[in-house]
Amino acid sequence: MKKVIEIVNVIDTTKVYAELSDPNSGGICVFIGAVREFTNNEEVTALEFETYKTMALKEMEKIADSALKKWSLNKVIMRHAVGEKGVEEPVVVVGASSAHRDACFEACRFLIDTLKETVPIWKKEKFKNKTVWVSAHP
Amino acid sequence: MNVLFFGITKDIVGGSEISISDVAKPLNVAGLKKRLIDSYPEFSKLNSLAVAVNNEYADDNVILTGNEEIAIIPPVSGG
Repeated sequence: MKKVIEIVNVIDTTKVYAELSDPNSGGICVFIGAVREFTNNEEVTALEFETYKTMALKEMEKIADSALKKWSLNKVIMRHAVGEKGVEEPVVVVGASSAHRDACFEACRFLIDTLKETVPIWKKEKFKNKTVWVSAHP
Repeated sequence: MNVLFFGITKDIVGGSEISISDVAKPLNVAGLKKRLIDSYPEFSKLNSLAVAVNNEYADDNVILTGNEEIAIIPPVSGG
């Protein structure tokens, strides 16, 4: 399977190497996004993610397909978590494997940057006394 | 016509789906956005407001018949 596109409740980061490993790949590049404890010096207790799943999977497919067209990749993975996630928990994993490192480094950056721009997933930051939908307001 | 809401727009309208009936036809995406902003002024304060028709981002001039799956997409913030 060349592409793995998933929205899951819990991300297992230990399986990503096996998923991207390929006899023709000399390079594997992975980006993992995780929950950070502080936003603008305010303590975050958790992030809550929700998605419009059917559309999100479709948009993720499009991004993976563009990456496969732009670079010579053997495997591509895009996996995002939903639900409430605590500090240090992984929330997104994207990665690519290719014969040489340039293609997978560039593709990996493209995968996460484009996901953040177009995929219908929303995160709410939970602080001690309030919650905020990220990026909703100027 | 039924409209789905996510993220902050779900909080603004107070539910994940509402039915909109009294709209002038033909209604396009721009008209739906205007209708929502008129009913819920909070929508005009958002960084962006997109509409998806059948799981695809739709331009303002796309005509809506009510048989589509219509969703309101506030600024996305995945990752």
